[in-house]
Amino acid sequence: MKIIVLVKQVPDTEEERRLDPVTGLLDRGANECVADEINERALEVALRHRDANKGTEVVALTVGPASATAVLRKALSMGADSAVHVVDDLLEGADIAATARVLAAAVQQAGFDLVVTGNESTDGRGGVVPAMVAEHLGLPLLSSLNTMEITPERVAGEATVEAGNLTVSALLPAIVSVTERSAEARFPNFKGILTAKRKPLATLSLEDLGVIPHGGGANSTVLTVSERPARTAGKKIVDDGTAAKDLADFLVASRLI
Amino acid sequence: MTNVLALIETSASGAITGSAAGLIAAASKLGVPVAVVVTQQGEGAAAVSELGNLGAQHVYLAESPEVGRLMAAAQVEALMSAARELDPSAVILANSVESREIAGRFAVRSGGGLLVDVVDVRTAQDGSAVGVHSIFGGTYTVEATVQSGPTVITLRQGALNEPAASKVPSTTTVSLAVAAGNATTITMVQPVSSGSGRPALRGAAAVVSGGRGLGSKQNFVLVEQLADALGAAVGASRAAVDAGYIEQNSQVGQTGITVSPQLYVALGISGAIQHRAGMQTAKTIVAINKDEDAPIFEVADFGIVGDVFTVVPQLIEALQARSN
Ligand SMILES: Cc1cc2nc3c(=O)[nH]c(=O)nc-3n(C[C@H](O)[C@H](O)[C@H](O)COP(=O)(O)OP(=O)(O)OC[C@H]3O[C@@H](n4cnc5c(N)ncnc54)[C@H](O)[C@@H]3O)c2cc1C
Ligand SMILES: Nc1ncnc2c1ncn2[C@@H]1O[C@H](COP(=O)(O)O)[C@@H](O)[C@H]1O
Repeated sequence: MKIIVLVKQVPDTEEERRLDPVTGLLDRGANECVADEINERALEVALRHRDANKGTEVVALTVGPASATAVLRKALSMGADSAVHVVDDLLEGADIAATARVLAAAVQQAGFDLVVTGNESTDGRGGVVPAMVAEHLGLPLLSSLNTMEITPERVAGEATVEAGNLTVSALLPAIVSVTERSAEARFPNFKGILTAKRKPLATLSLEDLGVIPHGGGANSTVLTVSERPARTAGKKIVDDGTAAKDLADFLVASRLI
Repeated sequence: MTNVLALIETSASGAITGSAAGLIAAASKLGVPVAVVVTQQGEGAAAVSELGNLGAQHVYLAESPEVGRLMAAAQVEALMSAARELDPSAVILANSVESREIAGRFAVRSGGGLLVDVVDVRTAQDGSAVGVHSIFGGTYTVEATVQSGPTVITLRQGALNEPAASKVPSTTTVSLAVAAGNATTITMVQPVSSGSGRPALRGAAAVVSGGRGLGSKQNFVLVEQLADALGAAVGASRAAVDAGYIEQNSQVGQTGITVSPQLYVALGISGAIQHRAGMQTAKTIVAINKDEDAPIFEVADFGIVGDVFTVVPQLIEALQARSN
């Protein structure tokens, strides 16, 4: 079975993240960029299946700038067998629609039985790319799975939705997205880091994929960007036995109770 | 004015869910609000007057035996059918697991442009729909629009609270042909047990959240007791959820729910940047933490350096004394 894991490079959530005040696009220079944590969990789900099932192949794939090679190297050192990097100047400023179209073309060209993604990225928080890729390819999506079971013919799992817990199932080939409940990601070990250097990492342009339009066809436009002033610290007291009463007084004075 | 579709979510039993009011309110801000509901045959009629009360001018009832059996398929088909008939300028959906899938698929199939996780909408001078996004935990507000196709919008749940004025809606009923094809099937639904009697976390006016500092599931009851004394919803940090103190749907933060209450009380929460991303737009923040250097104090309007097991019981007592 061939499993493709979609990994995205994002600004590290450990630091304040910045937008370019003019374009409204991510200021990539402002932060260290890392593999999105949710994608490492997605990769872990795939790697666990491979560890238990001989003959499984795991490919990490990203669409992103040259710097995004780092997230593929990390995926290879965690255990992915190979990696694909779609990188092209025409992708600068690509929006969700453009990214989804390019991802769909890339996974289709690579060929797969299952695509595993994160349920939402920490920078965009859109949570729509997996559905758009599925729609482009006419495939089922199992969205936001907490648990997952893969057999040679199908994939099934559980998702938490507003109304409760759903158990869902689809025939392969299919796309699944996983939540942060799915798996705790492993750390690359020394051997993994050494062997990663010898694993195949393919670089593809839009032309290689046969995706022509400029920027992959971005459709959304930013009109305005405004920044909210940072919050400042207020009163801080050390409890000496009266802090609870002071807090109750504060809540009354602020008309919060 | 052009038509604007709002895709109404229904429960497993076919009832309209809480997101409907916000969706119709957003649609009303952009044009003539049309509620699109997908139900089993003959089960939608009861919803019409309820949707009218929430401000729908027109109700597009689409019936399909596949609703509740297949993920997304019937709803995408219903939106395609409504869009062919009503030529909407925008389509609004909830930013929920199920509706996001429908939004993504509909945008691809209709050639529409997407504006995701918006907290508000407005109409631009040229009449186009503008989505207002709150980015990186409310640090930035970004307004965006799309260039072509219907604007497909996912609305952050709980973001829009003022309902639209009520209407007496007209109705269209259609029977959908859904190709089951290779869609995802729903094999089981376990409804959530609601019955805590507490306000829902999304949209709550007051929230009391607990973190790893509570130490155990048993101790987490303290968070619930303070919430009840304040009439507040209960939230949690990811560490508290990971430790099993409380269900995942109570998680506040980057990968949980974003709340913007009048009052947010953080108990035994360090205030990691990913937690702050989900609560830092609260009007007033109160924090109790025994580590005086905890980052939560950087955003707290009232911070107590102290032990939650000492301070919180005293606070509950003081609140009860006041209400008697
Ligand atoms: C991609 C990503 C997404 C994330 N998303 C989220 C998210 O959505 N929400 C979220 O919350 N986190 C999220 N996190 C995790 C986040 O980084 C922190 O790990 C988490 O918020 C810590 O939770 P905590 O404050 O409860 O635990 P800790 O950091 O362990 O803090 C516990 C606090 O309790 C205090 N304490 C202990 N005992 C007591 C006592 N008796 N009385 C008073 N205080 C006491 C301690 O001083 C400490 O400050 C995310 C992380 C990543 C990488
Ligand atoms: N540029 C990208 N490259 C690879 N995967 C992506 C990219 N954008 C989104 N994804 C995948 O889609 C998931 C959901 O992203 P989003 O819809 O942007 O919230 C991510 O967790 C990734 O698995």
